[in-house]
Amino acid sequence: MVRKAYDYALKGVPNLTPDRIDGSRISYFSDHFARQLKAASMVQDYLGLNPKGSVRIEWGGATGGECVQAAYEAIASGRMDVCLAAGFETMSRVPTWKGNEFIALASDTNFDFPLGGFYTGYYALMVMRHIYEYLRLGKFANVTDEREAQRLAIAEGSRIMSLVSVKNHRNALHNPYAQYPKRLTVEDVLKSEMISYPLTREQICTMSDGAACVILCDEARAKEFTDKPVQVTGVGCGTDTMRLSDRPFGRVPLLPHEKAKEYENLPYPGVHSFRAGRTAGIEAYRMAGITKPNQELSFIELHDAYASSEIQTYEDLGLCRYGEGYEFVERGDPFLKGIDYGFPVPRAGATPVNPSGGLIACGHPVGATGLMQAVFAFWQLQGTIPKHFGDPTLQLANPRRGAIHSHAGTGSAVTVSILERGFR
Amino acid sequence: MSARPRSYTKFREVQSELERSGAAIFRDADGVESLIIRNPYAINYVHSYAEDSPFFLGLAEGRLRGSKCRKPKCGFVYGTPRSHCMVCGAPTEWVDLPTKGRVHSWTTCHFAGEVFLKETPYNLALVEFEGVGSLLLVRLRDCVESELYVGMPIEARFDPNPKYAITDVWFVPSR
Repeated sequence: MVRKAYDYALKGVPNLTPDRIDGSRISYFSDHFARQLKAASMVQDYLGLNPKGSVRIEWGGATGGECVQAAYEAIASGRMDVCLAAGFETMSRVPTWKGNEFIALASDTNFDFPLGGFYTGYYALMVMRHIYEYLRLGKFANVTDEREAQRLAIAEGSRIMSLVSVKNHRNALHNPYAQYPKRLTVEDVLKSEMISYPLTREQICTMSDGAACVILCDEARAKEFTDKPVQVTGVGCGTDTMRLSDRPFGRVPLLPHEKAKEYENLPYPGVHSFRAGRTAGIEAYRMAGITKPNQELSFIELHDAYASSEIQTYEDLGLCRYGEGYEFVERGDPFLKGIDYGFPVPRAGATPVNPSGGLIACGHPVGATGLMQAVFAFWQLQGTIPKHFGDPTLQLANPRRGAIHSHAGTGSAVTVSILERGFR
Repeated sequence: MSARPRSYTKFREVQSELERSGAAIFRDADGVESLIIRNPYAINYVHSYAEDSPFFLGLAEGRLRGSKCRKPKCGFVYGTPRSHCMVCGAPTEWVDLPTKGRVHSWTTCHFAGEVFLKETPYNLALVEFEGVGSLLLVRLRDCVESELYVGMPIEARFDPNPKYAITDVWFVPSR
């Protein structure tokens, strides 16, 4: 599987012969799924890279994003001139609910897992509070009956999350690498199986098998290998407590375009937002010189393991203000122009998010996911989506700069990397 | 020797065949064939609660214990105990938590990790306690999805036959 991705990558850069690769960073998330410890050694071997340097990368759901950054660091430090970042996951080896159990072992095994905690449950707890903070206390602030107000807020939140699911599934109809492209309607999403209230089956990504890789190198070699290089101009990483119950109620770390006054009464992050995502965004934006992310990014491939976390992440990454995520969807900002979603999207194309279809529609083979985003972003910036997808629909017009965002369970670790077109 | 295992192009069918005969061949879109067998995998782990142990011993006595930062200037109180303060890094001491609190957030799980599937549907809630700076994740019993809301008053119940697990405590709606 990894070999297939590797061969495809090399095919695109004939000047780059395997002997020019100095080493690798190889990512996979779970030894439980692989049931082969040190599987990265086998990848290194099968790719014919022995005896060059390599290390396995693991950081929960952010494993793939972290792998991209590890390869970036190998180049930036001068340790390597050319570094392969490759990742995979084989999750089909166990049934879905056993897989959920394996993944849930990434949560606290003293306090959380033994309660029947699992990730959809944790994200449901998070979005329930997000809905409370921003819809109950926002749009439905004037409803006096508390229980009725909360019911209305949950219904509204569920409807808007479904718009995100429809977006990603329909974008994926044009991506041959997507494993779950579907022409869904809001109703389909809402009436799909309830997994953990209020999250339904179609608002959640799927466990899958997959592999992806990208090759990073220094500037001189990039120009030698291709006339369409893409430059990594910013990297960021953030973390937070593994247990939701430990998340603090403090202040929002601000992005350049925000003011402390806007969030005076917002206990942050609580369980409604991902402080790690905000932290990663701040670091990556600072390095790339981005001060107005929603204007300065042509697109974002973000970690939509849940439709809820896509909305929460818009806010963390400053694509809109905290509390405006639902409105951002309703206005149509994260949608693509020229795709029929079955409902009006007035501002489609303003800030395209997950043009590829994201995790929800592409699948989430954990160790490959962040690398998959890097590949899609790379092709997007090169303008080669029509060639690789055999379909021009998802190619944005003249994208200059994109962000990829990789996220580990409940936001315990997040990476953000900024990629820019490196040619005229 | 038995015959060659049956070949399938859908993974779901491979799984059914494995249940039936223990072996199958999966043929992928590129025509590559993989021989697939079943490997059972079961183990009992020895699990130590380490510095969290007094919390679980407390549950067995019907006590809900949190921790409080020993540094007087800080004094942060944790609803889920920690041996060291997250704010200032000082060691903490054990304190009894209130047994009544409110729902900070909640969900009803209709599916779960495999070991918990038979218990679905069940409710999970993050509890907030008066005067306590962080939350506690618990099971919420004796109520159904349509009755739950943020802010709901709830109180602790303890298992008279403790299993030394977080499930020795659960919460119910305050009446």
